[in-house]
Amino acid sequence: MSSAQAFLEIKGLQKEYVSGNPILKGIDITITEPGIIAIIGPSGTGKSTLLRCINRLIEPTAGQIIFEQADLCDARGGELRKLRRHVGMVFQEYNLVERLSVIENVLTGRLGYMSAWRAWRRNFSQQDINTAFELLDAVGLSEHATQRADSLSGGQRQRVGIARAVMQDPRILLADEPTSSLDPKTAVEIMELLERFAQEKNIPALVNIHDVNLARRFAKRMIGMAGGKVVYDGSPEGISDEHLKLIYGGESWLA
Amino acid sequence: MAGVDSGTSAARPNPFARNWFVTGIWLLLAGYLVYSVNALGLSWERISTGMGFAGNLLDKMFPPNFSRWELLLGGLIESLEIAVIASFFGILVSLFLGLFAARNMMSGWVSSPVRALIALCRTFHPVIIAILFVKSVGFGALAGILTLVVASIGFIAKLFAEAIEEISLKQVEAIRATGASFVSVVLFAVMPQVFSRFLGFATYQLDSNLRNSTMVGIVGAGGLGGTLFSAFQRFDYDFVAAILIVIIALIMFGEFLSNLVRRIFK
Repeated sequence: MSSAQAFLEIKGLQKEYVSGNPILKGIDITITEPGIIAIIGPSGTGKSTLLRCINRLIEPTAGQIIFEQADLCDARGGELRKLRRHVGMVFQEYNLVERLSVIENVLTGRLGYMSAWRAWRRNFSQQDINTAFELLDAVGLSEHATQRADSLSGGQRQRVGIARAVMQDPRILLADEPTSSLDPKTAVEIMELLERFAQEKNIPALVNIHDVNLARRFAKRMIGMAGGKVVYDGSPEGISDEHLKLIYGGESWLA
Repeated sequence: MAGVDSGTSAARPNPFARNWFVTGIWLLLAGYLVYSVNALGLSWERISTGMGFAGNLLDKMFPPNFSRWELLLGGLIESLEIAVIASFFGILVSLFLGLFAARNMMSGWVSSPVRALIALCRTFHPVIIAILFVKSVGFGALAGILTLVVASIGFIAKLFAEAIEEISLKQVEAIRATGASFVSVVLFAVMPQVFSRFLGFATYQLDSNLRNSTMVGIVGAGGLGGTLFSAFQRFDYDFVAAILIVIIALIMFGEFLSNLVRRIFK
């Protein structure tokens, strides 16, 4: 992809759940580089809403999201599903289908590419099955392939969640607080996985994250949000205590 | 600070004071019960004469008479067929209606009319539906099958819908995010969450249809019920006893089947 063409271009994005009470107040973000981009900000400032607007799990109120030369905000029906399958999403609470096996969960990443009839008969192509097992190898869960997803621990579930997202052959990864439900060590491992897949696929990974230090460690770029607006957008080195005060408010937590 | 033994604090309202409104409702209910017993002329005499007749009937029923076993077997097979066919189609239709009636899957424009249809199916007792079908499609098994299909829809489509309304939407969200079509979302995010409960409802309905398939015959909609009714009318009480024993066997067989299904899909 040439540098002139962005992976993702968000222009004037607005979202109001209640009319007259916007949660996103005009977001402009252009993403031209691969790698992890961390979005930090206090709870309730619209980070999750922003990510869910990108794959239209939430309907934006106004603005444009240019992705793969199309405006995601305008896409409907089949066109929307085709765009969506190139957007891999990782969730805070993993959102695996608990009663399906681990390998089935990974293969659900291909549902956007096949008919429901084929999917129902589990008629996945040999290539998809190979890719799914390779991904399970990559996240270190091959021996759990046939186990039910609800038998896994939190960290293992999140690995499956990442494998599912990568299975979609994404052009961008979105991760909504992927480490918030995990212990510090596992959180780092999950961030390493996201970093690795973003590198391998040469795609950007937009990661909502609470932990500023973890964000600094992995992100190539950080976006600070406060009150529904972007208040910082730049390198992790450039983010100062002043910026953090602006983003989160107060200063007693800055030890 | 209010000490435990402080005699000076003001009296607090007793939270366990008698609620005269509730007491009144209980008294009213008891009064209505007494009135009903009187209105229907229930007395010890009436009960004891009734019991006398019952003893008489039991005398005539034993020993059960299986000499007309061909008639019995024919009715039994027809009942079983009615129950199985009606369960199959009833469950199939209910799967779709249940999905369309689930308010978390469908907009109100779809779910409200479907819910109304399901409620309509549940409005009438199967006996009334059976009479309507006998009058409209004629005597025989077809009327029985249609009756039990309607009864099945009224019952399990509602249970299916409620099961779907209780699923975790997080899993649905994740599958939608992969770009899956609506049908794929249903197959991969909804069905896995509700399948075992659906199976429970479906076997329960098969059980219930077996029971009801012996009843629809009484109004002429095919099956063992017809045989039973004519035996009653001809005062063949020993044959009646034989039929009742066969029905008990049929129901126990149904119980055995549903246990088997549940064990297989555990």
